[in-house]
Amino acid sequence: MKIRAIAINTFREAARNKVFYLLIVVGLVFVLSSRVVSLLVIGDRVQVLKDIGLAAINFFSVLIAIFTGINLVFKEIDKKTVYNILSKPISRHCFILGKFLGLAFTLLVALGSMMLVFSMFLLLAAGEFDWRLLIYFLLLYSELLIITAVSLVFSSFSTPILSSIFTIIVYLIGHVVWTFNEFKHRLVDPVVKIVAYVMYYILPNLEKYNIKDQLVMGESVRWNLVGYSLLYAALYISALLLLSVIIFNRREFQ
Amino acid sequence: MDILRGVSFQVDAGEIFGFLGPNGAGKTTTMKCILGLLRPDSGTIEIFRHGYDRTDVRTRVGFLPEYPYFYEYLSGPELLRFSARLFPVATGMIEARIQVLMKMVGLEGVGSLKLKKYSKGMVQRIGLAQALINDPDLVMLDEPFSGLDPIGRKELRDIVFHLKDAGKTVFFSSHILQDMEMIVDKVGIIFKGRILKQGRLTDLVTEYIHSFEIVFTGVAEDKIRTRLGIPTRQDDNQMVRTRGIEEMNQAVDFIRKNHGRILSVTPVRKTLEDIFLEEIQR
Repeated sequence: MKIRAIAINTFREAARNKVFYLLIVVGLVFVLSSRVVSLLVIGDRVQVLKDIGLAAINFFSVLIAIFTGINLVFKEIDKKTVYNILSKPISRHCFILGKFLGLAFTLLVALGSMMLVFSMFLLLAAGEFDWRLLIYFLLLYSELLIITAVSLVFSSFSTPILSSIFTIIVYLIGHVVWTFNEFKHRLVDPVVKIVAYVMYYILPNLEKYNIKDQLVMGESVRWNLVGYSLLYAALYISALLLLSVIIFNRREFQ
Repeated sequence: MDILRGVSFQVDAGEIFGFLGPNGAGKTTTMKCILGLLRPDSGTIEIFRHGYDRTDVRTRVGFLPEYPYFYEYLSGPELLRFSARLFPVATGMIEARIQVLMKMVGLEGVGSLKLKKYSKGMVQRIGLAQALINDPDLVMLDEPFSGLDPIGRKELRDIVFHLKDAGKTVFFSSHILQDMEMIVDKVGIIFKGRILKQGRLTDLVTEYIHSFEIVFTGVAEDKIRTRLGIPTRQDDNQMVRTRGIEEMNQAVDFIRKNHGRILSVTPVRKTLEDIFLEEIQR
């Protein structure tokens, strides 16, 4: 009940913020613009539609995840609204959990609406409904939740600007972190080797959640990889939430 | 740096406790400690005989922070509804409670106006309403009078008295003495992180009656001088100042014996302000 109240209120805050809609609308404009681009290229137009459309959805949903995630928690502390909540019989982990669930729902609505429009657009433009879009949706959504959890950790002790920078860095490295393992034999310096090793195991391997290329190229879904990725996301998010709670529990509200 | 160094006080059930001190004395910090927003390095805090850090203790507490700031994107009733859901209350009771509180704080009829558009006084009022949403036994108000106009202050005083009548305990901080003098049962004076003085307001005040002014007429001045010192002339009357009740009674007897006419005997109290300044200078 209490967690739900905080989650609903978090969603309401996002839903009453014009920037939220702006990002969704701009994202959709990019999605629809793929139609124009597809007319300019030679080759499989549906491929181009999917390629550009999904890239736009990916970019804007990540943007929404980073900025709503960071803003919504920091704002509570900065504007001192957190005093009103924590002076009530709410334990701090309930607060963090409520915030996370609210953000998760916000992202579900944002990503869901973009994916819905895109699917319909694809149906109209190409006459096909690709059920693998559901898998794409599921994996991208998992990635967004990981990013949200990362931003929650940072914003539980840092300022929004620093948190955004940290989160973006984690996001970017997260997409190339697999190379750290792939090319480890090429690293000579032992220090660099250790750093690469540690980063590979600590940072989320986000490239697992990007199946756009497979989807565009029409490859079949590798279910075991999807299952593994979802499990990885669940564990990773749980660990990050636990970390946020630990940091937040120690926090003093001056 | 230690912000609070010697804060020890007790607030009894059903009383109005005024927490008095200048800005930066540690009032808000103390309240935040009581509410578990800050954790003291040492010492103990008990609410309703339980540890302050127990979450369920706060079920019976209401809090209005200083410079309250609430979600701007909510309307007043929405904020109250949200606040109510953070307590273990029956959902069916919530709407009726919101109506009562909106009326009590004088915000009925603002409807769906968003808090963003509220004036400072209105924010203070809705803040009070959310502090009372759970019908708390202990109401903690941090500088509740700031931002209120004279009518608002009077209304807040009435609400505080109303809470006391309902058996609630009210703990509020202020740096404005007049706000205290009119309503508190007990005060604690805090300065630089230490409680300087605490007690029943009436006790503190009688403790600080340091003299009586006796205004009289009809006694020759030289007679007075020998016994009561040089009188001050007030138009046709004379005034002498005595220390303590005994001395005042003796002086009255003396004037009456000499066929004088007592016009008034006024105890000269130190105001809380005097007490306050004196303690600070010490």
